Amino acid sequence: MSELKINPNRRFLREEKLPHFFCSGCGCGQVLNCFTQALDALDMDTKDMVTIGGVGCTARIPVYLTSDTFHGVHGRTLAWATGVKLTKPEIPIVIFAGDGDLASIGGNHFIHAARRNLDVTVIMVNNLNFAMTGGQVAPTTPEDARTMTTPYGSAEPRFDVCELAMAAGATHVERWTTAQPVQCTAAIKRALQHKGFSLIEIVSQCPTHFGRYALRTGDPLKLIDWIKEYTYTEADEKKKTPDELVGKLKCAEFKRENKPTYAGTNNQI
Amino acid sequence: MPILKADKRLVKTGIHFMLGNYALVEGAISAGCNFFGGYPITPANEISELMSQRLPEVGGKFLQGEDELCSIYACAGAALAGAKAMTATASAGFNYMQEGLGYCYTIEAPVVVADVQRCRGENYASQADVMQMRFGASGDYEAIVVCPSSVQELYDYAIWAFNLAEEFRNPVIIMSETTIALMRERLDIPEAEKINIFNRKYTDLSPEEYKPFASSEFGCPDAAPLGKGYHTIYSLNPHDEEGRIDWDPIVFDRLYKRITGKITENRKRICKTESFMMDDAQYAIIAYGSEVRPAIEAARMARESGVKLGVLKLCNVWPVPEEQIAEVSKQVAKIFAVEMNIGKYASEIERVVAGRCPVQRVTKNQGMVHTPDEIYRAVLEGVK
Repeated sequence: MSELKINPNRRFLREEKLPHFFCSGCGCGQVLNCFTQALDALDMDTKDMVTIGGVGCTARIPVYLTSDTFHGVHGRTLAWATGVKLTKPEIPIVIFAGDGDLASIGGNHFIHAARRNLDVTVIMVNNLNFAMTGGQVAPTTPEDARTMTTPYGSAEPRFDVCELAMAAGATHVERWTTAQPVQCTAAIKRALQHKGFSLIEIVSQCPTHFGRYALRTGDPLKLIDWIKEYTYTEADEKKKTPDELVGKLKCAEFKRENKPTYAGTNNQI
Repeated sequence: MPILKADKRLVKTGIHFMLGNYALVEGAISAGCNFFGGYPITPANEISELMSQRLPEVGGKFLQGEDELCSIYACAGAALAGAKAMTATASAGFNYMQEGLGYCYTIEAPVVVADVQRCRGENYASQADVMQMRFGASGDYEAIVVCPSSVQELYDYAIWAFNLAEEFRNPVIIMSETTIALMRERLDIPEAEKINIFNRKYTDLSPEEYKPFASSEFGCPDAAPLGKGYHTIYSLNPHDEEGRIDWDPIVFDRLYKRITGKITENRKRICKTESFMMDDAQYAIIAYGSEVRPAIEAARMARESGVKLGVLKLCNVWPVPEEQIAEVSKQVAKIFAVEMNIGKYASEIERVVAGRCPVQRVTKNQGMVHTPDEIYRAVLEGVK
């Protein structure tokens, strides 16, 4: 038998917190993995970083990182970040938020932080529902999908959070999926190096709730196959007719541009 | 606790004729406030407006948030990042801030919140939020609430509020009111070297030795700088001394007993009252905020009519100045609890008095402060 090797990226994690609390087959662990790979590739450390999670499954990701971490209030991640950034602009800030945390309860903070081009990295894990509370409909839930609060199918149109971020003024916006870990890591690397508001949306599987209720399977592999169907890349776009892409989410680096970041009131008076 | 003197460059020493809201700002700046996050609401707007001018002058940061939640959480973030942070709002906006205050209490962020109380929808005077100041957020915590009654006290108590927030790592609420916030009065700003300033204590320990929420049973933990390797989790959830989220009954017990005990066990250090005509008083008014002003006048009128009335002014309402209220109840034949609401804080006075003497409520919720005559007549009726 070969010797068991410890993942060197465990140095970014709070050993005493492991094993993590994510369900078997959840995408949050994959996102945490992609994030630590990006840190390793950029030779960055969590120790001089502030990471922020609100409430929800995704919000638990930063609790496993050896960084200063704000946690435990639903939707206010960017409000915290604004106060920290204005006080200590040199501290890198990474926010892990679910789709409910960012696009539902935190929606107002989200559009205004994007508008200000606050210099933070936001990693939104989009599992298409409120998972920690038991699988209720979210603003990102596909139309007609069955959830615990839409037993007859969701009657609401779905939010495209990347479009929202770009419309609001975010300067770096990308969407990928847990089926694309290499692209996810590359996108997070770009975000960590970007000066300004970065949104990396990662469409992810929820085997416990969204999978079982909306897609009638709790098998993570089947769910990843479904995510591949639910999304398309620029290469897919060329091969398919517009009709075939209706209701699906595009995965791409949508936008990356340099603009002045928000620093509060001008002190140079 | 390191006590310093105020920075001369921040203090506008001299005699002023100033708006209450402006005096509050000058007090905050004198105390070293260097972060303000606000959201427009009348009658607190002059606070934001002057802050947006003054903070850049002194190297601070001003933020107008997209809502009250942004403002209070930005203050939490700024405070944890080392700033002396403040927000200001008025009753309706204070509702929204409860959530963020709940977070600040639990993770022990020293944030100062000014609430300029008003009635619903307009700027008529009120003290109807006196219980919300204490019980607004969910969870177990203790509030520190100071209640100025004049423009001078808006300045003085702003400094006091920042000092208390830094000493106890707890939010401190300045309970202002329309009456004093929009009033212009004489303000004497002392020389900087006469103003004592407290700053929070930072740890001397290395990140490896540091435990972010470790303290004596009712103590306040030392702070650590943000982003310097101390890797602290500031979570609203129950957390142990290391900051680890934990729902163990012992973790609950220690955390909530400590964050409440650090206030209640230090009641003597925190609470302040002032006595007027109390030396030979046979009756006493207990009042706070702008109601103290007509109360003192009513006491003078009563004395001219031969009724030995005095006034106990509460400089802070929370934690309750229990010792001082109990002392008064041992001295007088009756207490008059004067307040500008339907009768709220009177319950606290009754609790502390514990039947030693009768407590008569003198209440008013009509959008205006009591007149001295109203209080005087209520007292004459009550002493018959």
